[in-house]
Amino acid sequence: MKLHEYQSKTIFAKYGIPIPKGRVAATAVEAKHIAEELGGRVVVKSQVLVGGRGKAGGIKVAKSAAEAEQLAQQILAMEIKGLPVRKVLVDEAAAIEHEIYFAITNDRAAKKPVMIASAEGGMDIEEVAATKPEKIIKVHIDPLLGLRDYQSRDVAASIDLPREHWREFSRIAAGLWQAYLETDATLAEINPLVITKDKRLVALDGKMMIDDNALFRHADLNEMRDIDEEEPAETEARKYGLSYIKLDGNIGCMVNGAGLAMTSMDIVKLFGGSPANFLDIGGGAGSDKVSAAMKIILSDKNVKAVLFNIFGGITRCDEVARGILVAMDEVKPKVPMVVRLVGTNAEEGRKLLENAKMITAETLADAAQKAVQAAK
Amino acid sequence: MSILINKNTRLLVQGITGNEGLFHSTQMLAYGTNLVAGVTPGKGGEWVLDGKVPVFDSVKLAKEATDANCAVIFVPARFAPDAMFEAADAGIPLIVCITEGVAVQDMMRVRNYLDQKNVRLVGPNCPGMLTPGESKVGIIPGNIAIPGNVGVVSRSGTLTYEVLYALKLVGMGASTCVGIGGDPVNGTNFIDVLEMFEHDPHTEKVVLIGEIGGSDEDKAAEFIASKMTKPVVSFIAGQTAPPGKRMGHAGAIIEGGAGTAEGKVKALEAAGVKVAKHPEEIPSLLK
Ligand SMILES: Nc1ncnc2c1ncn2[C@@H]1O[C@H](COP(=O)(O)OP(=O)(O)OP(=O)(O)O)[C@@H](O)[C@H]1O
Ligand SMILES: [Mg+2]
Repeated sequence: MKLHEYQSKTIFAKYGIPIPKGRVAATAVEAKHIAEELGGRVVVKSQVLVGGRGKAGGIKVAKSAAEAEQLAQQILAMEIKGLPVRKVLVDEAAAIEHEIYFAITNDRAAKKPVMIASAEGGMDIEEVAATKPEKIIKVHIDPLLGLRDYQSRDVAASIDLPREHWREFSRIAAGLWQAYLETDATLAEINPLVITKDKRLVALDGKMMIDDNALFRHADLNEMRDIDEEEPAETEARKYGLSYIKLDGNIGCMVNGAGLAMTSMDIVKLFGGSPANFLDIGGGAGSDKVSAAMKIILSDKNVKAVLFNIFGGITRCDEVARGILVAMDEVKPKVPMVVRLVGTNAEEGRKLLENAKMITAETLADAAQKAVQAAK
Repeated sequence: MSILINKNTRLLVQGITGNEGLFHSTQMLAYGTNLVAGVTPGKGGEWVLDGKVPVFDSVKLAKEATDANCAVIFVPARFAPDAMFEAADAGIPLIVCITEGVAVQDMMRVRNYLDQKNVRLVGPNCPGMLTPGESKVGIIPGNIAIPGNVGVVSRSGTLTYEVLYALKLVGMGASTCVGIGGDPVNGTNFIDVLEMFEHDPHTEKVVLIGEIGGSDEDKAAEFIASKMTKPVVSFIAGQTAPPGKRMGHAGAIIEGGAGTAEGKVKALEAAGVKVAKHPEEIPSLLK
């Protein structure tokens, strides 16, 4: 789950990381009032759940409250990488002397958290990583020991941070580590962490991502989810524990297992079709889940045919067949359906669907070809 | 011959009295797996599966009584990390975690702890392992594979079944099939399994099933090019998956360009691996 900048910075502040004064606004007038409170010189920042906002023109400095209102008006009308801007953060403008990159994230290859820092922080950090990799410092953290102070000092020294800031930097690193740990984050990033003209360290930007698998122990964070930023069908799918991603094609896909779901999409494409979605009903799905999945697929008006590819293991094909029948009864779909059942209780499943007017298939290739044909 | 599991595997099931644990224990026992014990805290002393398998309160007690040498875990995600620590502390050398949805920070702690104890973990979020005709540890349906000389290693679950089934349909069998699981932080990885297959006299060819994300397939390609003499055939899932909307820069900094299906296919082909366009093409590439 991604958090907005303003949400991430609220969490940072709780862990003692200095952030600029500021608040969120949903209208230009609100933005103006906040700017007035903050004394006029502010930065107006689009709040969307995607990176590269600054480069897309979604972050602008205002010299007065009136200008802040104008800029907020502009930014609130923008779309950034397909996401409409619904809120802006109005932050006190900082007098920046230097921008640092600082993050803690999971390094899946090393199986450890890693602290990443660079003296050349800011919006071009990915270019720095590509062209001057020696400017990127990485220090792994032992997940059983946690972050040690000496590691933060090493990082501070490696990015040539002036000594006067080491103590404060270590404090911020310890705060970021605690925030990462206690929220089950997969990313806690400050870019930029700035040294201001008056020699303070301040986190001007914040990005956090939380592990969905850990949300069961973070009811408070779960409430921060911004469902406005999701496809409604994806929100609906999550309620049923389904993982669904909407795509642009016209062949709806319902599959058990993420790998097989991706493969089914790939093979539809290979035979000249175009998948309408990724949908993994997961392992051991019962009939209620299956019928919910089918309704979600059919809520997409582009869908011209549906492909069911179920390889039973934990999932039992007869359960899936029952779910399909329930959904057919309720939704009365008009599009052709191709179904392939293999594995646990496939026989029983096929029998249940005998009278359901579905196109059946034996192999995966056969199923994909029939679905592509049916969608024409 | 086989790798990791065979008829000498003495299996213990953690979470044996749960819904899934019981269902799959029944299947494993029916397959002929030497299932010696179950563990469910609070149910020690009971017997399950028609009185064939004793239940213990802890892995330690179960191991003392039955000398189990492999544990398979079916407990819910929030309890799975504890189950893995428990099995490792009880001295079980091979742990297979089927559970899906384990939190990644938990997995980092588990993995680092198990490494220190030299315990091998397969999974989590995996279908387990199957040595056809000898032992089934996990949830791979037993009837979709026959014994043979093809080693199969996969990050996926049901996609693995497709491949085993496609092999069976043309009369090809597997030496052992290992599902390593699709989670970002897991136990055994591709290279570990490839190395075992390379040294297993009964494995003559290998199938590697990968997917988008991470860099394990790229490392496997390096390993195959430098260390393997046996032919490898592969399939990579996710060629049409759309790139996610990225937040933050850390992912790009750590992974660089790695992670795409295209990049993995290229790396594998450069290592001499034949990459199938779809899973049902694999048997013909093995011939
Ligand atoms: N409060 C502020 N005061 C002064 N300058 C700021 C402030 N906030 C941001 N900036 C400037 O704007 C730049 C971009 O802002 P920010 O880092 O928040 O967004 P971004 O990095 O473009 O977004 P993303 O991280 O999504 O790519 C910063 O590098 C900094 O130079
Ligand atoms: Mg930024």
